[in-house]
Amino acid sequence: MSTEVAAPPARVLVTKIGLDGHDRGSRIVASYLRDAGMEVVYTPPWQSIDAVVNIAIQEDIELIGVSTLATDHLIVPQLMDALGKAGLGDVGVIVGGIVPATEHEDLLAAGVEQIFGPGATREDIIACGLELVARTRAARRATS
Amino acid sequence: MKPDPVQLPLPGFDQELTDWSERYAAQIGEDRVVRNRSGIEVRPLYTPGDWSDGRYLEDLGFPGKPPYTRGIYPTMHRGRRWSQRQLIGLGTPADYNARVKSTLDAGGNAISLIPCNSVFRGVDCDEVPTALLGTCGTVVNTITHMDGCLDGVALAETSTALNDPSPFTLFAFLLGTARRRGVPWSQISGTSNQSDYISHFVANHMFFRLSLPGSRRLLLDHIEFCQQQVPKWNPLSVVGQHMQQAGATPAEAMGFTICSAIQYADDCIARGMAADAVLRKFTFFFDISISFFEEVAKFRAGRRIWARIVRDRFGVADARAMRFKFHAQTSGADLTRQQPLNNITRVTVQALAGIFGGLQSMHTDGYDEAITCPTTESARIAIATQNILREEASLCDVIDPLGGSYYVETLTDQMEVEIEQVIARVDAAGGMYRAVETGLVQGMIGESALAFQQEVELGQRKVVGVNCFAERADDLEPAPYRPNSQAIQRLVADFVDYKKQRNGKVAQKAIDGLARSAIAEDENIFAAVVQAAEAGATHGEIVACLRAELGFGNPLITP
Repeated sequence: MSTEVAAPPARVLVTKIGLDGHDRGSRIVASYLRDAGMEVVYTPPWQSIDAVVNIAIQEDIELIGVSTLATDHLIVPQLMDALGKAGLGDVGVIVGGIVPATEHEDLLAAGVEQIFGPGATREDIIACGLELVARTRAARRATS
Repeated sequence: MKPDPVQLPLPGFDQELTDWSERYAAQIGEDRVVRNRSGIEVRPLYTPGDWSDGRYLEDLGFPGKPPYTRGIYPTMHRGRRWSQRQLIGLGTPADYNARVKSTLDAGGNAISLIPCNSVFRGVDCDEVPTALLGTCGTVVNTITHMDGCLDGVALAETSTALNDPSPFTLFAFLLGTARRRGVPWSQISGTSNQSDYISHFVANHMFFRLSLPGSRRLLLDHIEFCQQQVPKWNPLSVVGQHMQQAGATPAEAMGFTICSAIQYADDCIARGMAADAVLRKFTFFFDISISFFEEVAKFRAGRRIWARIVRDRFGVADARAMRFKFHAQTSGADLTRQQPLNNITRVTVQALAGIFGGLQSMHTDGYDEAITCPTTESARIAIATQNILREEASLCDVIDPLGGSYYVETLTDQMEVEIEQVIARVDAAGGMYRAVETGLVQGMIGESALAFQQEVELGQRKVVGVNCFAERADDLEPAPYRPNSQAIQRLVADFVDYKKQRNGKVAQKAIDGLARSAIAEDENIFAAVVQAAEAGATHGEIVACLRAELGFGNPLITP
């Protein structure tokens, strides 16, 4: 296809749910994604699950990154459930931060696509994000 | 404050220095530029050409006398060990109590309580998902909870630090506990360990509780209340730790902290408090990174700068008011999720820097800090690390043992210059309160955090197990601490019962009084917080009332 036009930038939400306020990691990852050309909607910490769902709808979000450092990942399955009920099951969710290995399975079973821990590289995070956004777009094209 | 270049009388020195420089250059080939975390270039050798003791009395002097560069007390650790104050927070009040007792048995001699994140957020345990309760701190919502946390602890004999941001409900619960036990408030000692609201706004952890102006007034009310009623309590701990953990360089963190202290002193004086009395009660709380010499120099320079600021800026002659008393915590941000047992070594080096830096009180992290709230085993090793350093390593025999090192003294001077540049920048922006209101400080910290991360990613800053020696496959993963879910559910059920069974009218009346105190400018809000706590009001109720009256913290956050 030689007539292709540049795809619009990926629309990504970087957020923290739950109770912890340490946002050094989420700010850095948000900068990485923005520098990679994505349109990043960044929220302060302590978002409620409903708030994340609402932002995802209003901002036409294609990918959600949830940062968790102090056990807030324990309520990520509730977020996945709420996204599904709101018809946002096609939005990829990446969790980044500290998730003990014994608790990965709970998140993956709930529909989280990828869990990035300390040591994850900028390149891997961006590549994963772009792949998930492409998948979301394909799914949306198929259903529209 | 750079000393004048020294005219060296040493015959042959210049020739020897030139000779060494040539030999060094020939052997090393292309030398690398080394910079510490604060951006200061570190050269391969320091000599009397860089630093000599010509200004010994002015810049260093003797321990226990201003400018306190070598320590704030004449005897330092040889006379009295530092307080081994482990930050503890987990599960229910009963869980906390068990961990505190085992830590005191293992060599701790002071208490530090960190509440559950729900408490930090300003809400009660029945307002949040139960799964998140007690995972990173202890649930403390009432006097009864605090009483349970400190069961069997002699309040009059134990120094207690409460990680308790504005409006200081935990301290109110402690005072209520003391009254229940018949311990006079005049005997209660310890520190409001996180009363520095500016650090919370800057590091984005706790701004949500109350608006910046509301927090400003409450801190002054809290300081005034303590001066009058709890004289052994330190109502203010100025915190650099949050900012350094959020990414500030060591020099920035020290500079910002001193700027906050200047702001608080100005505010206290503007309210009519006596400068010398207020400044005598100031304490500080810092992060200790693994950048060993830089941290030692940071603390030495900070002491000197603060003594001179108290003398010159505030015109206070009382040497006790110039003492830079500080607690320090080994840096969790330096610890790695990868190969976590390596963190025991990192904590040891960080603790060494704190000891050589002349601290008064220390917390050492558990090796599993990057993964979980410390388990019983990691908490035991953390306190044992302090015991070994104190008892076995002969570190306490000599005061300021690194003093006089050409490198350490040069670096102390250079850090002083860096720190003073930060202070000048904040001064030019109208002081720390204004610089935080406009986001200047947050922006500087964010830039430093990003720059540091990029250096790690590019391999310019080595982190073992992360960007070098990272191939080890047998990566141990400690089991995460999770509280007993049944105990947590019982705690929440008991709390709901408590609210039903208390005298609701009395509690409501006290909350109404709290709201009135917030509107009336001549009333002490913190006194009303204590009254509300003693009337049975809960943490969440007190914060919600003040949030309604004083406004919600409006964060300035940008990625």
